[in-house]
Amino acid sequence: MEKFTTLRSGVVPLPIENVDTDQIIPARFLKATTREGFGRNLFADWRYAADGQPKPDFVLNDARYQGHQILLAGQNFGCGSSREHAAWALYDAGFRVVISSYFADIFRGNALNTGLLPLQVTPAELQELFALVEQDAQVELTVDLPSQTLKVPGRSEPIRFELDAYKKECLINGYDDIDFLLSQEEAITAFEQHRTWIF
Amino acid sequence: MPHTLFDKIWDAHVVRAVAGGLSVFYIDRHLIHEVTSPQAFDELTARGLTLRRPEQILATADHNVPTRHQDQPIQDPLSRSQVDKLTENCARHGVELYGLGHPYQGIVHVIGPELGVTQPGLTIVCGDSHTSTHGAFGAIAFGIGTSQVAQVMASQCLLLDKPKRMRITVDGELQPGVSAKDIILHIIARLGTGGATGYFVEYAGSAIRSLSMEGRMTVCNMSIEMGARGGLIAPDATTFEYLHGRPFAPQGEAWDRAVAHWQTLFSDEDAPFDAEHRFEALAIRPMITFGTNPGMGMPLAASIPAPAAAAEAPSFEKSLRYMGFEAGESLLGKEISHVFIGSCTNSRIEDLRTVAAYVRGKRKAPHVEAIIVPGSKQVEQQAIAEGLDQVLAAAGFELREPGCSACLAMNEDKIPAGAYCVSTSNRNFEGRQGPGARTLLASPLVAAITAVEGRLVDVAEYVDTYQLSS
Repeated sequence: MEKFTTLRSGVVPLPIENVDTDQIIPARFLKATTREGFGRNLFADWRYAADGQPKPDFVLNDARYQGHQILLAGQNFGCGSSREHAAWALYDAGFRVVISSYFADIFRGNALNTGLLPLQVTPAELQELFALVEQDAQVELTVDLPSQTLKVPGRSEPIRFELDAYKKECLINGYDDIDFLLSQEEAITAFEQHRTWIF
Repeated sequence: MPHTLFDKIWDAHVVRAVAGGLSVFYIDRHLIHEVTSPQAFDELTARGLTLRRPEQILATADHNVPTRHQDQPIQDPLSRSQVDKLTENCARHGVELYGLGHPYQGIVHVIGPELGVTQPGLTIVCGDSHTSTHGAFGAIAFGIGTSQVAQVMASQCLLLDKPKRMRITVDGELQPGVSAKDIILHIIARLGTGGATGYFVEYAGSAIRSLSMEGRMTVCNMSIEMGARGGLIAPDATTFEYLHGRPFAPQGEAWDRAVAHWQTLFSDEDAPFDAEHRFEALAIRPMITFGTNPGMGMPLAASIPAPAAAAEAPSFEKSLRYMGFEAGESLLGKEISHVFIGSCTNSRIEDLRTVAAYVRGKRKAPHVEAIIVPGSKQVEQQAIAEGLDQVLAAAGFELREPGCSACLAMNEDKIPAGAYCVSTSNRNFEGRQGPGARTLLASPLVAAITAVEGRLVDVAEYVDTYQLSS
């Protein structure tokens, strides 16, 4: 997993609630057996017409937002299917941070395991950010993971966000849970001697 | 100190607590399938790791398999390669695979329970969000991503924070024609598609207790559709009776010890829950969804409501535009061209019996395409043994071979763009059943009635006929 410490980037606004993982990456693209290449089909049915042409009214096809690495989305982002391919598709398309007022549980975990930061703000802060991006499509936000802050131009105080201390360390150092879990071998083996609920 | 059912099972599976509220959490059973496992196997290979407990893993091919001609090679090259890769990985790593052609093959959440692999008090994971289904047996079961699939393969553990506890109590008797599917659609319509995010739900109350195991699985299956990490129901005589004699259930003296343990798995009186919701069974009507998330549901005979809050209006309107509906509209009389009966929510023998009982001696409307996809080979064989295949064929329903099929439309079973499909599956997301497809979630009975009438009707008027014939 790639390390993540800070990011200064423009924003792609997607003011839709309950964006499910079937929208992020439709099931018909899940036939690949590797992690790479899902980015081209990110939001495929919102992004492309049936003939494969880009839909001009979808935000990812809007020239103003090209190259922006922060996705700003409505509440309950990533609900539905557990497919980690959704996080891979966002990452593969260049996103490193998704900001929302809350994330579906499985998506949040998948994002953190992919090196994509799910950054949770309050509903009021989310509205504030949408308004800001609407005003200025090129506004750049600065995500600083060590200090857990989101710096917003014109805002007196940065937005502070919560993240589990262990997950924060993992992102900063590029570690994943396998390394940690394997280090627990002795405790796991001891635990397995006493599973009294197996008959 | 009183404990909830969830706490009892969770706490027993904590290998050790680590800093920051996370725990090394032990997984008893791991179910895998062809779509979310290949990258996990590759991850292990890349790191030079082996599977820690291959005997605790069970594999099947379900998400991406054809539902016709399963005895022949898969036509689509990408699908074939994905299924072949599962076969190779399982052979190389010593994992039991019930693949195409095996008498135990089927949807992963159908075969686990019917084989007795799913048991009370266990922790069960799978790279699929509907793993919550197994909670019907009083197990902690939940969906995970592919990185976590690799973690469980490598260590038999996950690093988790403990979800909060919610109890949903449904008391009273259900009205005729109202099923488990209506209960859960009713609950999700009330709590919303994110209403249980961060929680693990225990379903309780007399209406839940009165459900068969199939019905309980339908309820627990859709826990994820309100954002819950999972759902579970305390095991009881219904659970034990279902499990007794199944291939992987404990036998003989071990069975008696198992039941003695399982009988301790319930929430103690006064056990603390972080949230509680109560529903009256009598108030639940046959349900239908009208939008593009499972929280957008209503009684079939009602009119489409307005958005609950102004802030939700843009997403709500986008959803109705996709469906071709308007707020305030009644869906009664709406012509339906497709009916899909299947998925891990409603593809069990009880569901097929319900449909067959209604359509016996009737015929689907000429313009309706009605397919019924059994959840497993065992369900299919049981249906044939009971003669349900004949009843369904005579009514113009096409009985397919087992798989996830048009629930997620990964294979060739797709609903055409713009078409309305009444589906017994679990998600009505945009394009879920095929690009542009419009899904209305409902119970097997509502699906059967719709197929015969060719349009949405007030089920209450048809229930008497159903009861007479069943």
